[in-house]
Amino acid sequence: MDDLDSRAAQALAEIDRADTLEALDALRVSLLGKSGIVTAALRALGALAPDERKARGAEVNKVKDRLADALTARKQVLEQAELDRRLASEKLDISLPGRDGERGGIHPITRALERISAIFARLGYQRADGPEIEDDWHNFEALNFPPHHPARAMHDTFYFGDGRLLRTHTSPVQIRSMKGRQPPIRIIAPGKVYRSDSDQTHSPMFHQIEGLLVDETSSFADLKGTLAEFIRAFFERDFEMRFRPSYFPFTEPSAEVDIRWTEPDQSGSDGGTRWLEVLGCGMVHPTVLANCGIDPERYTGFAFGLGVERFAMLRYGVSDLRAFFENDLRFLKQFA
Amino acid sequence: MKFSENWLRELVEIKADRAALAHALTMAGLEVEELTVLGEGLAGVVVAEIVAAEKHPEADRLQVCKVDAGQGEFLQIVCGAPNARVGIKVPLAMVGASLPGGMSIKAAKLRGVESFGMLCSSKELGIDADASGLLELPLDAPVGQSLAEYLGLPDASIELKLTPNRPDCLGLVGLAHDVAALFGSAVKVPAQAAAAVTSEAHRGIRLEAGKDAPRYLGRIVEGIDPAARTPLWLAERLRRSGLRPISAVVDITNYVMLELGQPLHAFDNDTLEGDIVVRHAHAGETLKLLDGSAAKLDAGFVLIADEHKALAVAGVMGGYDSRVTDGTRNIFLESAHFAPAAIMGRARKLGMHTDASHRFERGVDPELPRRALERATELLLSIAGGHAGPVLVAENLADLPKPATVVLRRTRLKRVLGVDVADAEVARIFTALGMQVEVHAEGWQITAPSSRFDIEREEDLIEEVARIFGYDNIPTHSPAGALALAIEPEARINELALREQLAARGYYEAVNLSFVPAELLARWGFTERLVPLANPLSADLAIMRPSLLPGLIEALRHNRARQQERVRLFEVARVFAAGDPPVETPSLAIVACGNARGEQWGEPSRQLDFHDLKGDLDALIAWGGEPQRWSVHADVPGWLHPGRGARVTRDGATVGYLGALHPQLAKALDLGADVHVLELALEPLLARRLPLAQPVPRFPAVRRDIAMDLPEEISWSQIEQTVRGSVGARLQELRLFDRYSGKGVEAGRKSLAMGLILQDASRTLTDDDADRCVREAIAALERTCKAKLRG
Repeated sequence: MDDLDSRAAQALAEIDRADTLEALDALRVSLLGKSGIVTAALRALGALAPDERKARGAEVNKVKDRLADALTARKQVLEQAELDRRLASEKLDISLPGRDGERGGIHPITRALERISAIFARLGYQRADGPEIEDDWHNFEALNFPPHHPARAMHDTFYFGDGRLLRTHTSPVQIRSMKGRQPPIRIIAPGKVYRSDSDQTHSPMFHQIEGLLVDETSSFADLKGTLAEFIRAFFERDFEMRFRPSYFPFTEPSAEVDIRWTEPDQSGSDGGTRWLEVLGCGMVHPTVLANCGIDPERYTGFAFGLGVERFAMLRYGVSDLRAFFENDLRFLKQFA
Repeated sequence: MKFSENWLRELVEIKADRAALAHALTMAGLEVEELTVLGEGLAGVVVAEIVAAEKHPEADRLQVCKVDAGQGEFLQIVCGAPNARVGIKVPLAMVGASLPGGMSIKAAKLRGVESFGMLCSSKELGIDADASGLLELPLDAPVGQSLAEYLGLPDASIELKLTPNRPDCLGLVGLAHDVAALFGSAVKVPAQAAAAVTSEAHRGIRLEAGKDAPRYLGRIVEGIDPAARTPLWLAERLRRSGLRPISAVVDITNYVMLELGQPLHAFDNDTLEGDIVVRHAHAGETLKLLDGSAAKLDAGFVLIADEHKALAVAGVMGGYDSRVTDGTRNIFLESAHFAPAAIMGRARKLGMHTDASHRFERGVDPELPRRALERATELLLSIAGGHAGPVLVAENLADLPKPATVVLRRTRLKRVLGVDVADAEVARIFTALGMQVEVHAEGWQITAPSSRFDIEREEDLIEEVARIFGYDNIPTHSPAGALALAIEPEARINELALREQLAARGYYEAVNLSFVPAELLARWGFTERLVPLANPLSADLAIMRPSLLPGLIEALRHNRARQQERVRLFEVARVFAAGDPPVETPSLAIVACGNARGEQWGEPSRQLDFHDLKGDLDALIAWGGEPQRWSVHADVPGWLHPGRGARVTRDGATVGYLGALHPQLAKALDLGADVHVLELALEPLLARRLPLAQPVPRFPAVRRDIAMDLPEEISWSQIEQTVRGSVGARLQELRLFDRYSGKGVEAGRKSLAMGLILQDASRTLTDDDADRCVREAIAALERTCKAKLRG
């Protein structure tokens, strides 16, 4: 008995000293295994008298439990230490850049164009499209530009040998959208347009967005309201705006829209602000409605057109129109 | 239209300063494009006469002048102007004056000679750009008078950007009427008196151009003084209105044109023979014009001729031989009305644009010719003398435009503008604009003055009300009209989403011009069905691009030349092919070069290859949800590497290509083997399957791997088809996980290792089931693809 107790006390000390899982396992075998001291003690019970056997058996089992608990506790300690060691060795340099984190980007013109289209989409304007190579009728005549009319001189036009031309504005999409359709109509027509003009402030190809609304109630007041809301939505701020009488053959009354623009980092005579033309617009000319089979007595409508590059330049602070078409990555990456 | 502010103020009362006037004009649709203040700050500048001039003792180019400035005592002034000479009258900036350019005049010594003031050029005074010499004033200019007072300064030169519908404002009197309406004031234009007729000189006028030239007035003025000089006030007004003074007769016709808007022409009467004939030109007829050019005419032009020869192109420019010269004593003045349709585009056809054509093609008041003729006669007689003959008139009243009478309905006005304008205000506006207003049951009946060609229908009147009422006074309102809900097809990928997807894969969007040079296209081999422009800006911008790639590769080259090694660009735009109508196909193109991945620290870098780009394509195709409709084929166009390119089809139809640039093309473009490109029609990429849900399989899948030895030319899609055909519905997926050729595989053959994922919808597959599927797949591959199972 004393022998088992003293062996157990010695074993407990050994368990506490075990510093590897392997050593601990060897101890477990020597203590609790087939040839271990506890097993031997249990085996020895058979030689005892029945009343003695019971008391002795309880004692041996108590020792066995104490040893087993000590082994488990020590194992947890060693496992935790091992895990701590492993985690410490697995530490990464989290400051290094991640893999494949690169991203490209869409072009600032697309970005501005889509932003504008999305604003009008929320107002119920549907996207429409037409060919870039147009005929004279859609680009001019149906829009109330008679042949040789001086208003055509404002459109420096690229022609093809067969009399076709590159559309000089997105307005022909108005005609294509209205033909064979009845109001209510709300369309927005973004796209490329062309004028044979090239210098610092003119590109022979640029982007326009045409808007058109035709219904039974719309008026010039609605046109003003729509464009004022649009300007505010696009720039996310209020501008002083003015509508100036102008002339487009396909609208009457016609207007050009100016906003009071503040030049960044400049203070001029007007406190750094100036009137900047951003849009052309007007009430759809009755002749144009009639050309498209829409009764101008019953329906009225308004149309507007804007240059996407101008809006992109103002919104993103681009000062040189030509930068849009150079496709220099150092420029494009600024819009990712 | 450029004019002198002071001149306008003489014609109409303007209760506003210069800035307010400019703002009012702009806000009435007469946009002020430029405003130049002239002769401001000329205090201390007076009219002076040079009474003596001697060479400077120390400087060749300087003169020492004695100048009379009306102070009793002559002033000594050193002057370097080449035209300084005794007897002329010039502006003198006295000591103490400060000029508009900022120069302060002080007494000074110039090369040792004292100078008390400065004689000035126009530029130094800020009234003109002329710096060639001293501004020479007329000899009758009063010595000592303030120059500003003498020249009617300060003034402003105002340039309007007039829209084509407002030709009535191409004359100051017309402009004055609009200004009067804006400010509620009155015009101050006196009635034109008829000149006394003191000569009987006349000639016949025959109108033979029908409605193109319905009115032609002429007058002979005999015996003018050929040496007569344009008075300063008139020359100044011309200059401030953007016209250079030329000679008395020409200046007078220009002056009347600016004042009234009626272009006039003066012929040397002695060069005319018989009647004036206004007729259409004959095909092939030519005429030497005032500017020395030879105009080739056709029947579309109206000519002013006499009985023997052409004299002038009506409404455009006079002829050279009948022009007024230094010696002309007898003048034939023309003041005519030509229909806009007869003039439109004619000057442009001759490659010119004149003040006359600009006005006639927009429309000139048909009632102006007589008044303009009388005004010109009045000026001519007073400036150059002479004897006026009777006014000669030829006209076809039936062909003259009639003043339009248009009804404006009160309800329509409100409907279009969205605002109530008081009846009295509407009537005031029309009356102020010189229109006759009559009350009508539904609103107003308006008769426009003959100068207002643009008033033809109700909308024109609405615009006039809006313009004068003020656009700013119209309220803003949100449209409340009916709205038709737009339906967006779900079975179509949004184009913006596609662009964003490419951006997410590392590509930057580019935007190139739609025109490309023919030479570049030839280099790529694009020679068929091209769409060239008839009037390109330059040879570099001559052809509508048949492919996005040549331009996009130029953009890649641009970036390569700027230390960008890894370039990945895409563009979405239309490509063009000849046809009737021409075919425009929205397309997507991608170009890429450099490393497959951006430079990084963790893995070895690798150059981009064909399958990187194909992976991008696969991702786009997968989005559409129907990859089985797509396949690739090895036959490619000449601009692609024949072994590293693919033709892409969808449902068997070619939709585009991808691959490495052909090495020869790459070399010609100074690019390496790493440049890969892709171009596809956009529409097939945007097509997307609307999902139709299937039950999720309830039984586990089994995987069996096989390795097959096959001829190189057997394509993966062929293998997929074969396996799918033999195994049937139990084949969930076929995965390729290795490809090998080289040692152990016969030349011309390859080894492919693939995994068959097998599954049955109704039960768990047994090993026997799976083995049977694999045996069938192997047998089919052996049968149709010359395959051998690898051991």
